[in-house]
Amino acid sequence: MALTREEVEHIAHLAHLNLTADEAARYREQLEAILDYAARLQGVDTSSIAPTTSVLAPRPVLRADEPRPSLAPDEALRQAPDRARGQFRVPPVFE
Amino acid sequence: MKLTDLSLAQAARMLRLGEISSKDLVTACLERIDRHDATQHAFLALRADAALEEARQADRRLAAARSGQGTAPALLGVPLAVKDVLCVEGLPCTCGSKILEGFYPPFDATGVARLRAAGAIVMGKTNTDEFAMGSSTENSAYGVTHNPWDAARVPGGSSGGSAAAVAARMVPAALGTDTGGSVRQPASFCGITGLKPSYGRVSRYGLVAYGSSLDCLGVLARTVEDTALVLGLMAGHDPLDSTTLDQPVPDYLQSLAGEPDLHGLRVGVPREYFIAGMQPEVEHAVRQAVRQMASLGADVREVSLPHTEYALPVYYLIAPAEASANLARYDGMRFGPREAAPDLWKTYATTRGDRFGAEVKRRIMLGTYALSAGYYDAYYGQAQKVRTLIRDDFDRAFREVDLIACPVAPTTAFRIGENSSDPLAMYLEDVFTLPANLAGIPGLALPCGFDLQGLPIGMQLNGPPLSELQLLRAGWSYQQSTAWHLEAPAL
Repeated sequence: MALTREEVEHIAHLAHLNLTADEAARYREQLEAILDYAARLQGVDTSSIAPTTSVLAPRPVLRADEPRPSLAPDEALRQAPDRARGQFRVPPVFE
Repeated sequence: MKLTDLSLAQAARMLRLGEISSKDLVTACLERIDRHDATQHAFLALRADAALEEARQADRRLAAARSGQGTAPALLGVPLAVKDVLCVEGLPCTCGSKILEGFYPPFDATGVARLRAAGAIVMGKTNTDEFAMGSSTENSAYGVTHNPWDAARVPGGSSGGSAAAVAARMVPAALGTDTGGSVRQPASFCGITGLKPSYGRVSRYGLVAYGSSLDCLGVLARTVEDTALVLGLMAGHDPLDSTTLDQPVPDYLQSLAGEPDLHGLRVGVPREYFIAGMQPEVEHAVRQAVRQMASLGADVREVSLPHTEYALPVYYLIAPAEASANLARYDGMRFGPREAAPDLWKTYATTRGDRFGAEVKRRIMLGTYALSAGYYDAYYGQAQKVRTLIRDDFDRAFREVDLIACPVAPTTAFRIGENSSDPLAMYLEDVFTLPANLAGIPGLALPCGFDLQGLPIGMQLNGPPLSELQLLRAGWSYQQSTAWHLEAPAL
């Protein structure tokens, strides 16, 4: 499974990961090796097999949507790297 | 007998009878940690003063209960350690990562809360591979933990800190998590007992998510009885985790009584679990342990799990895919450190690029790739289908046998650094443990011997979903008739 440098950069972009040139080169090599190993799955006939998304049998898990006590706003904001006026403060999305 | 040699159940019993005090027990554990943890590095955080204060309160409650005032819950005054991917209010939760440096969760994980409600005293948080991704604890951003049997070797992982702390007699038991073997493999490497329950048996609330369809809270202790005691207190439905099963929790301890006896128990030995390249002493010790079970009356026969060879590639697509989604929340906005950058997108990428370690980034990359447009069906979709075939293998086997006996890992503890340059070689350490996570079935790791270098070997028992009672009864019978679990490392 050959990966191009552009593909590795594209994956890093999708994952919001800054990689150094060294890291990108190393991951390219290592992901190729892991994907080569995983290629053995392609030979398994699964044409009539349903995927497992959870080992649990589907069952109703909905509850009534009722207000109940939760974390106080101050407590929820306490760990924020930046906050203002009772809210999380983040860098601008648009200039 | 030294206080630190007591099992969890022994300590709880003696505390209730007033034969020992919680203050003395907690003090003995703290002294042991103080003496040995500089070299072991099992702990990332300790709460010595708070633990001692809780011990004094526990002693008062125990004395009152003895004189007929109030009751003493099952673990009142008993110390425990908690893996640092589980939330404990008042202690930092780093997950072994620089991206959660300084983070203090505002609540207890449900498993932790239930044990605290039962009177247990949390001593501290133990080291882990970053976000539980690893098989050696070498992927912690806060340094490697050393194996108490040989300081040049890894304790296994990812619950390596918990395993080392229990093996080194710093605490009688510890909580761990198991996504692909992270309780059972370090238990095996450190010569202790480790239980991964069925998926859905124990709440994942407050367990920092790695692979949500695989993650399980588990127990590391020195006896099967202790794992049964802890499981019984933690298990059961939790409204905060919709994947917990709403089914009654059996009295696990009650089944661990009488004579060790396995008559009527059908034990399967899967032929695919004795592979070329595994350490000969591991195969020898596990086969010997199976013969011991036969001598207790078990009906042993060979079984086949034909899709075993696919478990590793299936796991290393599904777990990273789930991880890449779960770890998207670490972006430096609501908690944890934020790295300064010119705009929002660069802030995300810089914070994550600088603060995630190499293995976490590798798995995020792999998972993002497996989920990306054009590759989803070929990788993630196909892995989910083969996962069904692996579950079907177990379903078929459990129509012929009650339990499966096999090795925990193909080798004993390897040297620090030995596998760290080759991710695939490291992943192979999980080859016998991750099928249980893919199938959602319970697994119990039991010490069953030593290799020529004196390193512990583990046997694994697996059973169908929610077969913990039977699994624990079989493991208990094995331990009642053998002494491997009583061996302690010379520190």
